[in-house]
Amino acid sequence: MRIIFIICLSLIVYMAGAQVKLLTLDDLDKRIANGKDTTYVVNFWATWCAPCVAELPNFEKLRISNLKKPVKVILVSLDFKSKLEKAVIPFVVKNNIKAEVFLLNEPNQQKYIERIDKKWSGAIPATLFVNKRIRRFYEKEFTEVELNNALLNLK
Amino acid sequence: MKNFFLIGFMLITCYAYAQTEGYKVGDIVKDFSLKNVDGKSVSLADYSNAKGFIIVFTCNTCPVAKAYQDRVSALNSSYASKGFPVIAINPNDADAVPEESFEKMQALSKTKNFGHPYLFDPNHIVTKQFGALKTPHVFLLSKTDNENVVEYIGAIDNDSEGENPEKINYVQNAISDLSNGKKPTVSSTKAVGCSIKWKKG
Repeated sequence: MRIIFIICLSLIVYMAGAQVKLLTLDDLDKRIANGKDTTYVVNFWATWCAPCVAELPNFEKLRISNLKKPVKVILVSLDFKSKLEKAVIPFVVKNNIKAEVFLLNEPNQQKYIERIDKKWSGAIPATLFVNKRIRRFYEKEFTEVELNNALLNLK
Repeated sequence: MKNFFLIGFMLITCYAYAQTEGYKVGDIVKDFSLKNVDGKSVSLADYSNAKGFIIVFTCNTCPVAKAYQDRVSALNSSYASKGFPVIAINPNDADAVPEESFEKMQALSKTKNFGHPYLFDPNHIVTKQFGALKTPHVFLLSKTDNENVVEYIGAIDNDSEGENPEKINYVQNAISDLSNGKKPTVSSTKAVGCSIKWKKG
């Protein structure tokens, strides 16, 4: 009985871990505003974007090396909403992604691209480093070293 | 050591900024000559009867670019005869992504029966000249007696998924404005696309 309970529990934890929620930019802004001294490293990616997928392990390394610091890695997928169940969640499960993953729930690209950063062309990967005081945006791929440096140099 | 990293990082940042240079709306375009999938080179000057050009930076592999392939062909079918031919250019480096090779471009052009040129830009020369940053990325030009002017930069429409009930055909609208002797009402738009696969090293 106890074993079944444990199996059920771990299954629930596993399913919850693979959950990908929808996120609007208002949700994100609210989170940043309530984040006190937390710096959010928000990576915009998609399952179909090869360079994005290639750099995801660097974000996982950044997340692990900053577990005790006020740093939060958030992965925001720009996959089509219709791909949430078919592609995004299976990808997150398969690659055992531990960081928080969301799917962007904004219908209007003209508005949301500019709102994230005026200079952004819309190409991904792209990453936003943001806290209550600073907002820095990069339209580029990151190596592990570059990612660490971008975080360290955020002043 | 820390300084070394800092300098390295600054260089990378500068490089990233340098990539954002290119044409803006209103700029005059310098003609180019690139190899088409049929082996012949193509220049803007070859089109003596054109009123303008729909330059589309696109590629073989990007899912967004692929979603737009048929729409790009349709633009050429509709507008080449009206003086606005499509010229597609692949900005990606074939060494970085083997699927972007000239041979694969030829195969795609054949399979999809492209009615427009599909040009190879192996050293990103024209890609950097325009300042294309992703695929697909459109530059609509108007042609006068002796020069080509950038009139619109951005997306083909606002419906990459093919299910936006409020679809706006940006390129078609811009051509319609130009044909009516006006400047495009919407001269730049943004859309999610695939970053350009630059030559390594």
